[in-house]
Amino acid sequence: MLAPETTALASFRSVSYASAGDRLLSDIELTIARQGITTIMGPNGAGKSTLLRLLAGLLRPTSGTLTWHRPAGTGQIETAFVFQRPVILRRTVSANIRHAISPLKLPDAQASRRVDAALSDCSLEHLRDAPGRRLSGGEQQRLAMARALARQPDVLLLDEPTASLDPAATNAIEQIALACADKATKVVLVTHDAGQARRLSNDVIFLNAGRAVEHSPAAAFFNQPLSQPARDYLAGRITITDT
Amino acid sequence: MSEATQALYLAVELVISMDAGLVEIVLLSLQVSLLAVAVACAIGLPLGALLGIARFRGRRLLISINNALMGLPPVVVGLAVYLMLSRSGPFGVFGLLYTPTAMIIAQTLLVLPIVAALSRQTIEDLNAEYDEYLRSLDMRLAGRLKTLLWDGRASLATAAIAGLGRAIAEVGAVIIVGGNIDHVTRVMTTAIALETSKGDLALALALGLVLVTIALALNAAVEILRAGAERKLHAGA
Repeated sequence: MLAPETTALASFRSVSYASAGDRLLSDIELTIARQGITTIMGPNGAGKSTLLRLLAGLLRPTSGTLTWHRPAGTGQIETAFVFQRPVILRRTVSANIRHAISPLKLPDAQASRRVDAALSDCSLEHLRDAPGRRLSGGEQQRLAMARALARQPDVLLLDEPTASLDPAATNAIEQIALACADKATKVVLVTHDAGQARRLSNDVIFLNAGRAVEHSPAAAFFNQPLSQPARDYLAGRITITDT
Repeated sequence: MSEATQALYLAVELVISMDAGLVEIVLLSLQVSLLAVAVACAIGLPLGALLGIARFRGRRLLISINNALMGLPPVVVGLAVYLMLSRSGPFGVFGLLYTPTAMIIAQTLLVLPIVAALSRQTIEDLNAEYDEYLRSLDMRLAGRLKTLLWDGRASLATAAIAGLGRAIAEVGAVIIVGGNIDHVTRVMTTAIALETSKGDLALALALGLVLVTIALALNAAVEILRAGAERKLHAGA
């Protein structure tokens, strides 16, 4: 199997999620590995963002369980979330980062070091004192990444972070995500961009109509998708599934 | 020269020469109203913010009451504060009636609903925008309030200025609880009322000019703040 329990970070056991009577996710059985970049793919409305929000704790399963597996002796698993359209606070770039880590209640010197490191990791040093809302779309998304990195999360959750960015800005975000995964931070990425998924993924979860229809290593998924919905999706065919 | 033009001529002279009596009245007006707005903001901003983000039974009702209180007639507020502070009232022992403190209390009550209602609206809108992000940070209520109050600062300053505009221009409340005592509780609006009825149109007009200028300046400040906020804070949003 892909992820033996010893290297598992989180597992979904018959997880369903419904909102206002709409069943958005049904009977999800998944194990997320501790390492690497896991990509969630699927057509619009398949439940990709919902799955990511469950991981972030922004939503709770309606039924079933989501279990985090902590190695013995470590604290709670911390996640950080980067939204497709980041909410940039009405303050400077560095103040945005400092605000993001304020709930961690770090000593002042340590907080400053984290802000500096995040600015440097996301190539934002020259914009440190610029008002966050004046930045370009790509810079704003780098700031959102910097805010997430400063929290030093165990898991970085990215919800279509490059959906509205140009290629250069997209590349910058991808490099930050790769660097993050190299430093043993787990990355879970929702994307529509098959090219991006090929460039970044270790494994791919394919969702269709609220169900996880496939979870394979990236190479296997792209060369020989097992399920018909995934084959259709990768071939660019629209499939309509009754739910 | 007609009586009115002569009075206007004298009024301009009073303003230009910075007449001591005039300056005293203007300064007391500013002192009373600015302090009233400061107190109203200290109470009204957190209260309005809490009303904007908390969800509880009766919230809609409280918001309606708050909105209705914005139209409170100043004379009624003056009367209520008078009853509280008069010798036989519950706070009579403090001897505050006919002091600037009494005027500050009355104006605070007038301004509080405005500050609370406007900040409630501002914070509620901002909270809708920030909610999911702040939840992803595990931000608790105090941190959330602090974030929203700071990020809403441009609109909240507008609310404070609107409150100041109401305080400095009202006459009903301060004349009842202040009594328009010369050198003690005489402010611009009460002096205008008195001097007009006495027939001293020059001083009344001079004070009127200053009052109109302050009111216009406050409105201009609101517009500038608003335009600045649109330009700077919403860029790229």
